[in-house]
Amino acid sequence: MLPDLAIALMFMAASIGVLMGFGGLLTWVERKQAAVMADRIGANRAYIRLPFTNIKLVWMGLFHGMADGLKMLLKEDFRPRTYDQLAYTLAPYIVFSPVLLVFAVIPFGGILDPGRLIPALAPWFGGRTYPMQIANLNAGLLVVFAFSGLTILGTMLAGWSSDNKFSLLGGLRAGSQMISYELVMGLTVLGLILVFGTVDLRDMVQQQSGMIWGVLPAWGVFYQPFAAILFLTAAIAENKRIPFDLPEAESELVSGYYTEYSAMKMGLFMFAEFIEIAIIAALFTTMFLGGYNLPFMNDAGFALPGGHAVAMSHGVVVLLQLAVFLAKVAFMCVVQIQIRWSLPRFRYDQMLMFAWKFLLPLTLMNLSVTTVIMWLKQGALP
Amino acid sequence: MNANLPARPSPTDVKPSAGLVQLRYNAKAHTRKQYWNAPTMTLWERAYLPEILRGLSITTGIFLRNMARWMTGRKGALTTYYPEEQRPDYAPRNRGKHILTQRPDGSPQCIACNMCATVCPAKVIEIEAGFDASDPAHPKFPVRFEIDYSRCVFCGLCIEACPEDAIRMVPETPDLASTDRFNMWLTMDEMLTWNPHQDVAKPYPPKGGDPILRGKISSTH
Repeated sequence: MLPDLAIALMFMAASIGVLMGFGGLLTWVERKQAAVMADRIGANRAYIRLPFTNIKLVWMGLFHGMADGLKMLLKEDFRPRTYDQLAYTLAPYIVFSPVLLVFAVIPFGGILDPGRLIPALAPWFGGRTYPMQIANLNAGLLVVFAFSGLTILGTMLAGWSSDNKFSLLGGLRAGSQMISYELVMGLTVLGLILVFGTVDLRDMVQQQSGMIWGVLPAWGVFYQPFAAILFLTAAIAENKRIPFDLPEAESELVSGYYTEYSAMKMGLFMFAEFIEIAIIAALFTTMFLGGYNLPFMNDAGFALPGGHAVAMSHGVVVLLQLAVFLAKVAFMCVVQIQIRWSLPRFRYDQMLMFAWKFLLPLTLMNLSVTTVIMWLKQGALP
Repeated sequence: MNANLPARPSPTDVKPSAGLVQLRYNAKAHTRKQYWNAPTMTLWERAYLPEILRGLSITTGIFLRNMARWMTGRKGALTTYYPEEQRPDYAPRNRGKHILTQRPDGSPQCIACNMCATVCPAKVIEIEAGFDASDPAHPKFPVRFEIDYSRCVFCGLCIEACPEDAIRMVPETPDLASTDRFNMWLTMDEMLTWNPHQDVAKPYPPKGGDPILRGKISSTH
């Protein structure tokens, strides 16, 4: 019992730490990537001076995120005389917490055997193994959708309780956008569920560890290339980032649903957005990029074609799996930021039209083709 | 109620005249002028995804090019990293900072008339005048001449206002980047660095012509 608790607490602490780290780091990545794309340098003035010395650590502006966080904590917590103080206060937390909860079901590594990792602790663990995941639920994907659908409540509460027409418009836009794109997202994932035959994310990742015809890794993106693109589109729209940032379109709605928020409450909205980038990247990695799998890698090492095998110790395998997962997540984050800084914003009618007249028919098409293929594969024809 | 006032005609009393009928909106005859361009996108462009990918490839290409430059120790940005770096290619007429011209003996040509301070729209020039009875041509001179660069708008009106050509602007910028705005005052000794004998474009003293224009006699005495 106690070892289980220790491991679970360790996973939770590590996940939250990594997510927060990603959230903080992504503010820097976003600034720097946008700057380099636009022939600029990017923020690089904030520094930490080592105490009692004149050495200033700049580290390419990495401390700007810290400076921003400190600024937000120290700013005046301005509250408008709003219609509903409770909803106004609650909204940032409702936006922020489900984002973190989604990560609970995402597997970030294979099977951990603490007894083999640290032989001194082997008797205490008694040979028990743990999947590297906070909650190994067999309804993983459903939990993801349930929680990610909750964030919209916070957004709409923020828009409504601010008692400001811009906020209200932002909240309304967020609501209709979420309804449109959640549908697309669910339908794209349905194709993937058909292929893998499960909604358990760990099972899904394990099924992606093989190879297709010995050349392609058996990743979801190769089974469902259309679904991958559509899922990414819908996920970016869910995250309300450019080109789908209509709920907070600053040229139309000041700041949209968080116009009336200041200090750390506004910071929570921003931070939730950045963490959601990481969450979307993790989801995409899990479903379409084979999670922690590398081609030819298994729990004992590499099994290369032609009978070559590279044996690796358990510790190396665990570290490699974590590193691979993080690398894939980081790559997907960079892709999302690249999209955000390359594309212009949709007009509102275009955004809805895009969802209902373009993405939805495509997803339905993708789903029907997948269904027919799966039906044929399961021996519908003699 | 004032009974002396004539009764107002009610709206129903107004008979429709021929003019009113003509003014009525004629929906059939009216066609709105189309003042926008009809969309001329091809099917390929309307398919959306290829064009999105093309745009992304352009930005990614620029990103990778700049990153490769940074990685190999070159500069991957167009930014001038002021104040550590300064652009070498200021335009010859750039109004970068003020200088005070000098007489051949090195004293400032300024006669502390306060014209520049008066015309200055940002009110950034402060002059404190002194009196020198031994120089009857220029009895007034500036004891203190300071410009607050944190508020200067670089409009150049002080140069145009100056009757003595005592203040000019040069392309170089003052090295005043600071976190404290009280460090951004330019004092007289910093502005008196201009050497009149090296100004090729405007030699000093000018040769020949009117002695007043040549500067031998002050134009204001």
